[in-house]
Amino acid sequence: MRNLFTRLGLRVVALLYLAVILLGPLAIVFWRTFEDGVAPAWDALTTPETINAFKLTLIITAIAVPVNTVFGIVCAIAIVRRKFPGKALLNVFIDLPLALSPVVVGLALFLLYGREGWFGTWLSDHGIDVLFALPSMVIATIFVSLPFVAREVVPTLREIGDEQEQAARTLGATGWQTFWRITLPSIRWAVIYGVILTTARCLGEYGAVAVVSGRLQGETETATLRVQERYDAFDLAGAYAISIVLALTAILVLVAMTVIRPRGEAA
Amino acid sequence: MVFVGLPMAALLWEASSEGTQSFWDSVSSPEAVAALKLTLITSLAVSGLNAVLGTMTAWVLVRDHFRGKSVVNAIIDLPFALPTIVAGLTLLALYGPTSPVGINVAFTQAAIVLAMMFVTLPFVVRTVQPVLQELDPEVEQAAHSLGASYVTTFRRVVFPNILPGILSGVALAFAKAVGEFGSLVIITGNIPFQTEVSSVYIYGRIESGDSAAAAAVAVVLLGISFLTLLSIGAVRHFATRHDRA
Repeated sequence: MRNLFTRLGLRVVALLYLAVILLGPLAIVFWRTFEDGVAPAWDALTTPETINAFKLTLIITAIAVPVNTVFGIVCAIAIVRRKFPGKALLNVFIDLPLALSPVVVGLALFLLYGREGWFGTWLSDHGIDVLFALPSMVIATIFVSLPFVAREVVPTLREIGDEQEQAARTLGATGWQTFWRITLPSIRWAVIYGVILTTARCLGEYGAVAVVSGRLQGETETATLRVQERYDAFDLAGAYAISIVLALTAILVLVAMTVIRPRGEAA
Repeated sequence: MVFVGLPMAALLWEASSEGTQSFWDSVSSPEAVAALKLTLITSLAVSGLNAVLGTMTAWVLVRDHFRGKSVVNAIIDLPFALPTIVAGLTLLALYGPTSPVGINVAFTQAAIVLAMMFVTLPFVVRTVQPVLQELDPEVEQAAHSLGASYVTTFRRVVFPNILPGILSGVALAFAKAVGEFGSLVIITGNIPFQTEVSSVYIYGRIESGDSAAAAAVAVVLLGISFLTLLSIGAVRHFATRHDRA
């Protein structure tokens, strides 16, 4: 009897906690957005600036995700299969974007590529705009979403071991063949899972991009920056409408995560 | 490594370019100190809340059974998938001036704690959950049948096993809370000396063109992140050594 009470009590507290912190706020925004029907939300979403912002977010994500996928796989293989000096350091460095404030990341890139930065002078002499333009926003997004693929692939690689890879080598396979036929198929679910996490992070990045983009309306304004801009302009309906699209994307990501996770763990 | 290292080097360079005295002056300016103090206090509070509520949630998700549990389990990752700026806006919608439930914490320090709790929610749950899953419920049942109370069983049997998980989850949550920015800009109002945390302070310094001061405080945050990562590594190292012994 006492067990039952404890269990029910814990369940209620845990569910209440999630409702108060997560679901309540989200539900209110959904309600407020569609309070007056779908039309106002649709109008807010289809202004040229907002469409532009979404386009920019998609372009940045389309560049950052493939780059980080390749980089993540290479890093994971290096960490698990190779021995080299500075490996422990690489391990810490690859996690750093997870623990670091996005504003600090933005500032560091700002200092590197800014007019008086290490690369900035050379770049501006050659007429290349990095800061307050697409390149710096892509770099910032790659930076903050860097660890996800590697972090998913590393444990899987450890688990499968390298016996099959060695067998392939002794049978005369080249390094490339071994990678495409043996390694990649066995880590594919981990890679896909990592790609989903990376995509979510890229779509939602705010702090680092806010610093390096300069927030030029219609030019370097991503969807998340647009939410803030609409809020500051007292256009709550607009801010909510964009938020809803981003939230729905997040929910899609959750669904994808739930579908893929069991398979990844079974492999 | 160059990709991550070079910007960090540029940051350290900027912070130290005008000598240690100027670095110290920037870090110890009253506004910077107030922001850092506020950041650390709220982050510690949020870490503590996470340790308790996160562990409880993980326990419910593993040991309890009810309809819709898989949905609840999936929702835990929502703060991760949701852009932080959207998180801030949604919190303001429920707990701001237009709150339908009459709770208004906008532009107060409570709002900071609330936003930080939102973004750090998954960490402890997700580090404790797999450990609890591995832990055989029969051990707990054995403790019960030998007369141990619920509390004793938790304290003596479950807790020692999940402690490394709790600690690394709390450390991750702490690091995330210290650096949090997106969810705070809207809901805190960024009032200097009252609701301005370090990341927002840094952003303000950048906006006003004082990148040396921004870099100085950023170096402090970088140091905190680095120490947190190292301590997570240490916890992991100790936990695995403990297993082997």
